[in-house]
Amino acid sequence: MNKVIRLFTKDSAVVPLVAIVLGLIVGAIIMLFGGYDPILAYRSLLKKVFGNPYDFGETLTAITPLIFTGLSVAFAFRTGLFNIGAEGQYIVGMTGATIIGVQVNAPWFIHAPLAIIVGALCGGFWGMIAGYLKAARGVNEVITTIMLNWIALHLGNYLVNTFVLEPGKGRSYFVDDSAAVTIGWLSRAMDNARIHWGMFFAILAVIFVYAYLWRTKSGYELRVVGFNPDAAKYAGINVNKGVVKAMFISGALAGLAGVFQLLGVFLNQPISAGHTGHGFDGIAVALLGGNTPLGVLFGAILFGTLSYGAAGMSFGADVPPEIIRIVIGSVIFFVAAPGIIRWVLKQLRLRKNKGEVA
Amino acid sequence: MDLVTIGNMLNTALVFSTALILTALGGILSERSGVVNIGLEGLMTAGAFAAAVSAYHAQEAGFGALTPWIGLLAGGLFGVLFAVIHAFATITFRADQVVSGIVINFIAAGSTVYLVKQLFEGAGETSLVNETFHKVAIPLLSDIPVIGQGLFNAYPTTYVAFILVAVIYYVLYKTPFGLRLRAVGEHPSAADTVGIKVLRMRYTAVLLSGLLAGFGGATIAMTTTGSFSHNTISGQGFIALAAVIFGKWNPLGAMGAAIFFGFAQSINNVLQLFDWSRDIPPEFIYMLPYVLTILVLVGAVGRSRAPGALGEPYFAGKR
Repeated sequence: MNKVIRLFTKDSAVVPLVAIVLGLIVGAIIMLFGGYDPILAYRSLLKKVFGNPYDFGETLTAITPLIFTGLSVAFAFRTGLFNIGAEGQYIVGMTGATIIGVQVNAPWFIHAPLAIIVGALCGGFWGMIAGYLKAARGVNEVITTIMLNWIALHLGNYLVNTFVLEPGKGRSYFVDDSAAVTIGWLSRAMDNARIHWGMFFAILAVIFVYAYLWRTKSGYELRVVGFNPDAAKYAGINVNKGVVKAMFISGALAGLAGVFQLLGVFLNQPISAGHTGHGFDGIAVALLGGNTPLGVLFGAILFGTLSYGAAGMSFGADVPPEIIRIVIGSVIFFVAAPGIIRWVLKQLRLRKNKGEVA
Repeated sequence: MDLVTIGNMLNTALVFSTALILTALGGILSERSGVVNIGLEGLMTAGAFAAAVSAYHAQEAGFGALTPWIGLLAGGLFGVLFAVIHAFATITFRADQVVSGIVINFIAAGSTVYLVKQLFEGAGETSLVNETFHKVAIPLLSDIPVIGQGLFNAYPTTYVAFILVAVIYYVLYKTPFGLRLRAVGEHPSAADTVGIKVLRMRYTAVLLSGLLAGFGGATIAMTTTGSFSHNTISGQGFIALAAVIFGKWNPLGAMGAAIFFGFAQSINNVLQLFDWSRDIPPEFIYMLPYVLTILVLVGAVGRSRAPGALGEPYFAGKR
């Protein structure tokens, strides 16, 4: 037993696992207070996700944008920037892809890549605005990205309204088949779950972010800027250029989330009154993953699985699905404050030792 | 644009601004003591929820005109409850302050909607409260042309907000307590050496920020909506955070910023009244407040300086 506890008290990969368990326990306690059956609720969650091929496929679809927005936020964090603007970059990226997908006629091997690239560039550009304002004018990126989220929402609506609106529908035309990145045979194999290539690109993006930040000079410089801008400047690194570059890449990653949601899942862009939340969820995913690429992948899987499965909880155990946000919040809380976990375990150990003496 | 329109615009602006001012004041106290508070959005959500629920029950119990005040108080207290989590995590356990703030937003959004569904039998929104705040005209002052209608015929909460700006300004800059609070945020170890209880000061500041942001959320429920649902607070907490930074962590500055945001919001309503502005695509009008904010930040404010120890947990043994 002591060996197990020692494992937990060390700084190790075990802390996140303990955090997940504690988060689920917090959720269970709250459900008990509300008079629900937590065991049944969690079992319904798992049954929802793994119960049939359709829901499993849809879970994968829910995870995909979270990987991109999580990477986006984590990438900016590594350069010392707090990108609250993944939400806006997501919308602008999606809008770029919609316009190309609807307005351009081209064979698939040109059309789809073009839509993806344009969408990524649009998202990157949107992120770069905040980076430029920070570098050139010293404006705090937290404020600018918050503001740019709202501007993006209305700009996206305007562009859809003006260039690609299907009259009377409140949404854009569907994109041409040549721009779609759906995988028909796999979808059919999974009872028409909306499976698309974005998932594979998301894995590639994880590898890219790792390779870029930890295996290239340019990525190393960005991390130095993140660690200590003064030291970076002293070492001859152009900090301002780094900030702009980092926000561009971060924005492009968030833009890709929107691009693949559009080209793979929705295939048309609605006029929307509010944000989808994928960008804000990306912050949570980045935090769950400790701002490392692999961590983001696992964080997105956890987040996506729990959120998608939450619908099953309300169906199977009558629990309001919002409980899952409390669970996820608690997990992040415990991941971020490993001191709490160590403190709890220390108390347990002290009590145990006392028991042995007596 | 005639003067009556300007008066009306000011009046609408103040409705938007009130919640922002209260919340921003909370943000200032927390950040001045060295604790980043990105959880303002969540604290507001908690406040709006508690206000709507308790006002509903107060109304049913026959409290009449006292109802919205009960809601306001409950909102503030519920904000404190969530702020306790933030304080506990960041001050006692030295968790990352930004992360903890995000968690507050997450948990507040989740738990309030969860509780609404539980308390109102599965409904996504609390039952509507009719006994909300009413605008109160101040005698004499409200008779002044334009300004009277604009400034002195407002909800009681607006007057409360302005009074609190003055109070907090005074406390921060003219009292020993305020000096200590700012010292803790600038240089905690120096403050510690002269006998200031750093952790206790920070706890006080963060809990007060919960109270104020809770009030902020409550004013929205008790003036504008009369109920609470998942989108009652949609981004106002972040706008208030922007007002804190925009106002350079100064109560008067933040008040100015909050009024500016409120004014920019109310332009939406006013621009639709004129022939020349009716042809502007509505999306651009919606964008205006946010674009203006960025332009003002770029042009007028420049580099703002945050409190020295903002975001740093305090270790008593660290030099």
